[in-house]
Amino acid sequence: MTIARSHTDGPMARRTAAGIFAALALLGSLGLSTAARAQSAASEGEKIAFDRSKGNCLTCHEIKGGTLAGSIGPALTDIKSKYPDRNELIAIVTDETKRNPQTVMPPFGRNHILTDKEISAVVDFLQTL
Amino acid sequence: MRLVPGSVLGSTFGIVVAALLMGAAHSAPASDTPNPAADAKAFQKFFTDKFPKVKFEDFVNGPYSMDEGLYQQWKEKEEFPPYEFALDMGKELFAKPFKNGKTFADCFPNKGIGIRQNYPTFDEKQGKVVTLELAVNQCLESNGEKPYSYTKDEMAAVTAYMAFTSRGKPFDIKIPNDPRALAAYENGKRYFYTRRGQLNFSCASCHVQSPGEHIRAEVLAPALGILNAMPIYRSEWGGMGTTSRRFTSCNSQVRGVPLKPQDDEYRDLEYYLSYVSNGLPISGPGARP
Ligand code: HEC
Ligand code: HEC
Repeated sequence: MTIARSHTDGPMARRTAAGIFAALALLGSLGLSTAARAQSAASEGEKIAFDRSKGNCLTCHEIKGGTLAGSIGPALTDIKSKYPDRNELIAIVTDETKRNPQTVMPPFGRNHILTDKEISAVVDFLQTL
Repeated sequence: MRLVPGSVLGSTFGIVVAALLMGAAHSAPASDTPNPAADAKAFQKFFTDKFPKVKFEDFVNGPYSMDEGLYQQWKEKEEFPPYEFALDMGKELFAKPFKNGKTFADCFPNKGIGIRQNYPTFDEKQGKVVTLELAVNQCLESNGEKPYSYTKDEMAAVTAYMAFTSRGKPFDIKIPNDPRALAAYENGKRYFYTRRGQLNFSCASCHVQSPGEHIRAEVLAPALGILNAMPIYRSEWGGMGTTSRRFTSCNSQVRGVPLKPQDDEYRDLEYYLSYVSNGLPISGPGARP
């Protein structure tokens, strides 16, 4: 992900909009390291999402890059365009029963299956899908 | 069909599940009059509507009823059934006299042959639900023998044999006119629909809301007919397992703490699940992936 791209589309951009102007002012070097950090958070998030003792999201969702996926939930594709607001994804992963009391998706935040930090990383990963 | 975000109760699916859930929730504080016969009818209709192509008797085949490819594999497996060994052992144990000279046949109606479809039964003398597994151990103990472990080995073998002699007979679970029997049924129903464990699943999350779906590589069995094939051989277990074994492993799966085998709640749960499958044939012992 480059600064230029995230500036034009996606929620990450909005979240860090203020930071981006600062980054632009400081030119490429700092901007790149921000991007690199976002990427490492996303790959950390992928690890958490796939880990059977952590998110184990593949139990229910098909996700690019994962194997032996279940079909209980919808395939996680086009997440970024479907949920441009990052907070919405945080809310879904934290406690989907708030949106849908009948859902079978575990409340990862409410039941402390994942920490806030881990959920944030998972959401960074979701935004790459 | 799955719940679609944004249309929580908008789908018929949502409505039916909600109705099943509400039923459970309402009956707990005894607001609605419990009506097991109506429950069973609604329960069966939910599954036959959801899977119009599955023949009624085929619901007893668990995951195999949900998936064509698996169904084929199962037909092939049945040619050399992996539970054969347990069946032979069960037949032998069943006939073998106890130290006092009696046998299992002396403990059961019709000498224990062709009666699996009547269990669990509500025993008015004991004031509780008696499952076949519990009855087997009560028989052993009342004859001065050591009870079996509930989860596998001898217990799986003896119940496999007893199920085999009842194959094709429809579940015929009775709820006698005794408030304690009705309370046990209601308790089992409540257990079935209550979410638990860190992952917040109820039994219904998997076996009512998601049958036929893959959970990783496994295909979820529908709750209708889910006990008719017990006990089962599972390749994953590398052997046989009883209803007790299946209940405790499903509880552990959701990072919940399983109850002790044959705990009151598990027996009530088995009573509820068997009752709502009344009319479906016994098919045990079963073989599973
Ligand atoms: C036991 C099943 C299950 C597990 C495990 C699970 N989910 Fe879900 N998820 C669902 C279901 C079912 C839905 C559909 C919406 C609903 O039920 O409210 C869903 C919906 C979603 C959505 C919205 C998708 C859309 O297209 O609208 C996202 C995003 C999501 N899940 C992310 C995750 C992540 C990330 C994890 C792991 C940390 C995860 N899920 C684990 C069952 C599950
Ligand atoms: C997280 C999902 C999940 C939950 C919750 C769950 N199960 Fe299961 N259950 C499974 C899986 C996976 C299997 C193995 C595949 C199959 O047969 O459905 C299974 C199998 C079974 C079987 C054997 C079905 C067969 O034909 O082989 C029974 C009986 C059963 N479960 C009962 C229960 C009960 C009772 C509860 C609640 C105490 C429960 N399950 C909760 C996932 C679950």
